[in-house]
Amino acid sequence: MTQAVAIDHHEPIENTSTGLNSRKLMMWAFLGSDVMFFGAFIATYLVYRGKSLVGPYPSEILDIPLTTLSTFVLLMSSLAMVLALHYVKDGERNKGTLWILAVVVLGAIFMGFQFYEFREFGHLGLTPRTNIFGTTFFILTGIHGAHVTIGIIWMGFMAYSSHKGALRPDNALDLEIAGLYWHFVDIVWIVIFTVIYLISANDGPPPGMESMITH
Amino acid sequence: MTTKALTFPRIFPRPKATTGIWSWIGTVDHKRIGTLYGITSFIWFIVGGIEAIAIRAQLATPENDLIGPEMYNQLFTMHGTTMVFLVIMPLSAAFFNWLIPLQIGARDVAFPRLNALSFWIFLFGSLIINFSWLTGDAPNGGWFGYAPNSGITFNPGLGMTYWIVGLNVLGVASIAAGLNFIVTILNMRAPGMDMFKLPIFTWMTLVTSVLIVLALPILAVAGIQLQTDRIYGTHFFNSLGGGDPVMWQHIFWLFGHPEVYILILPAMGIVSEVLPTFARKPLFGYGFVVFAGIVIGFMGWFVWSHHMFTVGLGPAANTAFSVSTMLIAVPTGVKIFNWLGTLWGGSIRFNTPMLFSVSFIAMFTIGGLSGVIHASPPTDAQQQDTYFVVAHFHYVLVGGALLGIFSGIYFWWPKMTGYFLNEKLGIANWLLMMIGFNLQFAPMHWLGMDGMPRRIYTYAENMGWETSNAAASAGGIILGIGVLIFMINVWYSMRNKVEAGDDPWDGRTLEWSTSSPPPPHDFDEIPQVKYRDDFWFRKYPETISEYYHDHNEHDQAVPSGAQNDLEEENLPVVSGGSDDGHGGIHLPDMSYYPFILGVGVAGIGAGFLSNNAVLFVGVGILVWGMLGWSMEPVNDPEPEHD
Repeated sequence: MTQAVAIDHHEPIENTSTGLNSRKLMMWAFLGSDVMFFGAFIATYLVYRGKSLVGPYPSEILDIPLTTLSTFVLLMSSLAMVLALHYVKDGERNKGTLWILAVVVLGAIFMGFQFYEFREFGHLGLTPRTNIFGTTFFILTGIHGAHVTIGIIWMGFMAYSSHKGALRPDNALDLEIAGLYWHFVDIVWIVIFTVIYLISANDGPPPGMESMITH
Repeated sequence: MTTKALTFPRIFPRPKATTGIWSWIGTVDHKRIGTLYGITSFIWFIVGGIEAIAIRAQLATPENDLIGPEMYNQLFTMHGTTMVFLVIMPLSAAFFNWLIPLQIGARDVAFPRLNALSFWIFLFGSLIINFSWLTGDAPNGGWFGYAPNSGITFNPGLGMTYWIVGLNVLGVASIAAGLNFIVTILNMRAPGMDMFKLPIFTWMTLVTSVLIVLALPILAVAGIQLQTDRIYGTHFFNSLGGGDPVMWQHIFWLFGHPEVYILILPAMGIVSEVLPTFARKPLFGYGFVVFAGIVIGFMGWFVWSHHMFTVGLGPAANTAFSVSTMLIAVPTGVKIFNWLGTLWGGSIRFNTPMLFSVSFIAMFTIGGLSGVIHASPPTDAQQQDTYFVVAHFHYVLVGGALLGIFSGIYFWWPKMTGYFLNEKLGIANWLLMMIGFNLQFAPMHWLGMDGMPRRIYTYAENMGWETSNAAASAGGIILGIGVLIFMINVWYSMRNKVEAGDDPWDGRTLEWSTSSPPPPHDFDEIPQVKYRDDFWFRKYPETISEYYHDHNEHDQAVPSGAQNDLEEENLPVVSGGSDDGHGGIHLPDMSYYPFILGVGVAGIGAGFLSNNAVLFVGVGILVWGMLGWSMEPVNDPEPEHD
């Protein structure tokens, strides 16, 4: 129903009441909804921070340098996303396809890090059932990982579409909307990285239970 | 179109039928989807009503063993869940679907296929949650599902899993619909209709949609946490593992209180349309009503802990939430005075919609006042878990939301069908509902003050509660007969077709300017809007100067809002579309992908309840639906001969 009226593809003027494209507006509204979704999980994590009754505690198990690396990879995927949109808008089909693929690859590397981390934690004795840190950690990062995975699949289709010539300057909005989602998931990770990894890095047992720490 | 687009092989041809079951499964017409919502949720209303009658039958006499405690728990849980999620919310959605495009002068919602998807997911979600009755293991933890009672230790059956899965599926439907209506209202307005010329029902729909989009994800989080606790043994609400059951209450009510406003705001919108029409004067203080709605939507996020005054959060938290709860009564009171101000000095006609709307004001005020009473923690401590609270929320949800919805049904029925509902039957319907409702719920006030606990399947003899409970049960039956009369009225109206015409009530807003029922494309010509209540002033231009002083100069100016300067350059008009180069009006083609996607979501839900094979089938159908949908053009290219 909605027809984009492209006068200049850098400044599309939409003939809607607000002048904004309806699909783009909906993606923003959806992201608002997703903020509440992540917000509730992050709030749960913060409320339960430092409440674990048994180990392993965050201070024993978090590997900050490793996760910093994976965070860097995810941030770079957002850069690739920006470049991909730039080239698709300019009609440079091959460069566009390549940069979309870069998003897919960087996202997949991030997921590889997460998979490795989950396995390592499992070996060290931390599962969602072990303690409240395990519960809140795995569910929150797992939900985020699911978002990244959906983004990777979406970007995979975008890459295919671009390769086939079906993603062009005149419908670059498709990629821009997918990009909004991708950047959002990336930003959420920055919050999660701060809250779980940086702030909680020294969290041990609750006061009075220090003797229970096991190495 | 010469440019290349990806295509996805079709298994079925694109639906084209205009009659029969396939025309409903493939429909993307907002009016038909509204009808589907209305019929489905009315059926659930009957189911929820039967559950209520069963509860009242059990409580009619002391020490009754008609139903027994197990069944009683299931009944009150499913009654609450049904009435909130399967009746009031989707009945409101039926009005959103039917009216929003008509009120803003559009030909459909912003995303017609997404709209159909919302309905199908809602339908399947409601079937999942009610399927539990057939297994004999219906949810029994209350509509609020308090942990740890809803956890695996105390509730090992599948009942609460049905509840969680059902609500999460329904949540997806609500969020999709909420997003759709936000974008529709912001982006699809007719030229000249700026935000402060929107009909008030449209405004309340916008506020409700924002609340839905922000609140329902929190319910999803609560559901996911409870479900992982139940299935995978996590510790979110398990105190032995470091969790805290009170956390459930926080998360649930952080969703649950905005939910209360999701239930009542649409009814407030309906009443704000009915009163001006039948008082024949504009809504008193339009701006105040709009801002009161927005303020309610905002402050609704800061009052959730008043559901938890007796939990022991401490004096600081209780004080803060007590103050915020008392404050939120202010914008609600503003609305009540605006409605009274609308009636004041009007030439009032008491047709059925008006009877329901005026009763709404009275009943909602009673419910609102008993609500403010609980805003005080020490008072609330006396009333917590008693029938006083049951009386309070039934006065706002039945006396408020439901009366508002009935008012809307009588008001817009002629527009939706082209025929009047019978006035005499309507008055009988209204009278029986009012008598039955008050007889049922007024006695619960003093039962509660006398200490009768809620959620308990029976009570002892000689507590002095017999008469009031018998009266309440009798009231329930009278209320039920009132609803029965409504159904007879619908049948009667469809048999004895009394033509209503396009504008039976001398209406004020754009939906009355088109035919009854409206054509598939809603408007032959997209209206140009100059005033609030534009249709009224088009009919009675001599009254303009009464309400718009010094507006004559402004009237000459181009209406603000939509970009009229663009139209003059002959660019395609989004909501208009009459000048698409073909000379005809283009509506989105039908599609069966929303239905398929809905089946996929339902399959995933069923998979969580049965086994992984079902889950994978559901995911498969979901992927098929998504791929097909994303590569399906909104309109197939037209054949040459057209």
